[in-house]
Amino acid sequence: MIAKRIIPCLDVKNGRTVKGVNFVDLIDAGDPVELGMRYSEQGADELVFLDITATLEKRKTIAELARKVAEHINIPFTIGGGIKSIEDIGVALEHGADKVAMNSAAVNHPDLINEASRAFGAQCIVVAVDAREVDGKWFIHTAGGTKKTDLDLFEWASECEDRGAGEILFTSMDHDGTKKGFALEALKKLNDQLGIPLIASGGAGKKQHFLELFEAGAADAALAASIFHFNEVPVPDLKEYLINHGVTVR
Amino acid sequence: MKEIAVIDYNAGNIQSVLFALDRIGVKPLLSNDPDRLYHAEKIIFPGVGEASTTMAHLKKHQLDTLIQSYNKPFLGICLGLQLMCRHSEEGDVDCLNVFDLPVRRFPEKAGLKVPHMGWNTVSFNDHPLFKDIAQDSYFYFVHSFYAAQSESTIGQTTYGLSFASSIARDNYMATQFHPEKSGVVGQLLLNNFINL
Repeated sequence: MIAKRIIPCLDVKNGRTVKGVNFVDLIDAGDPVELGMRYSEQGADELVFLDITATLEKRKTIAELARKVAEHINIPFTIGGGIKSIEDIGVALEHGADKVAMNSAAVNHPDLINEASRAFGAQCIVVAVDAREVDGKWFIHTAGGTKKTDLDLFEWASECEDRGAGEILFTSMDHDGTKKGFALEALKKLNDQLGIPLIASGGAGKKQHFLELFEAGAADAALAASIFHFNEVPVPDLKEYLINHGVTVR
Repeated sequence: MKEIAVIDYNAGNIQSVLFALDRIGVKPLLSNDPDRLYHAEKIIFPGVGEASTTMAHLKKHQLDTLIQSYNKPFLGICLGLQLMCRHSEEGDVDCLNVFDLPVRRFPEKAGLKVPHMGWNTVSFNDHPLFKDIAQDSYFYFVHSFYAAQSESTIGQTTYGLSFASSIARDNYMATQFHPEKSGVVGQLLLNNFINL
């Protein structure tokens, strides 16, 4: 049976792992490749590296990051952050990334999803969506969560699937960094409607949150950052806990 | 040391395979020249991409006849496995026919997401490729098409249905999963192939 995936996420800025709360207040959390290797050895199922470095030579930093990670890590990894074009995707994949995650660029130029999926295959195109609930409706936000759009989360995720995305990574901005649990209701609704895998992100604070997520059938994979970086929930403990509670994990 | 070759064509995961081989101390020849490849001691045929486009590319470089006539250990990975079959539903294309098998798309079923993406177990027969690997170990998969079960199945996996996740015949072997991305177990499998 296919296993539910546990995915540590490393936000990378200027070559270091950083972690924010509700998308701001960054603190240092170590070397991304070293952390990635540790997670890989601990049994993490995949890794996501989000390069939040704001430089003009973005492609070069993506290429360097992809190569450094790929050399050392024997599980799949995704690179995101500042992916804006077919060229950016090509650079990341050529340097060893297995998948790329695009976010704002997909909202600003939805055709990019179609083009990327045709050029590289759906399996390597992850569309990351950040959303926040306003008056009972989930609105997509772009530019690292700073810009609200009029797009509805559920409509946009389906459009991404139709355009050829291979996977959706949904971060609830309301839950991100709070450690109060995942956005279960929205995730469940999204997971039921999607025909492609869904990664849940935002709000993981303890092992029970992952169990709730998988027991609700609300995602195929769970992503978290600081609880892994600061060893609050070590990956092996989490997996043992999930196995003991009947969840299929590797 | 015996020369290991990796077929160099427009496949998405060549770099990953090269890094994985590097981690087990293998520096392969990377080539799309059929004559050079033919003389290698072993060939790895990786693959990520679309079947019909990739078949056209293989034919253009006469890599189809190379693969069909090669008689030393040969390992196809992912799309590599599918292209070694008779026909693929992806782009409705005739493939290399090393294995007389059809490649089909996973059926549309409630709750069955396609692509089949993530870690799944492989139950395998006694075969040198799986030497020292625990039965029902997890390997990493990413694919929307699969090869049907047959006499050449050496490993099987269930995702909505049971399919051939590893096949072998004579000198030819192929895995639907990605050993280069399957952690320690995948590394072991690659090592087993190198040491055949």
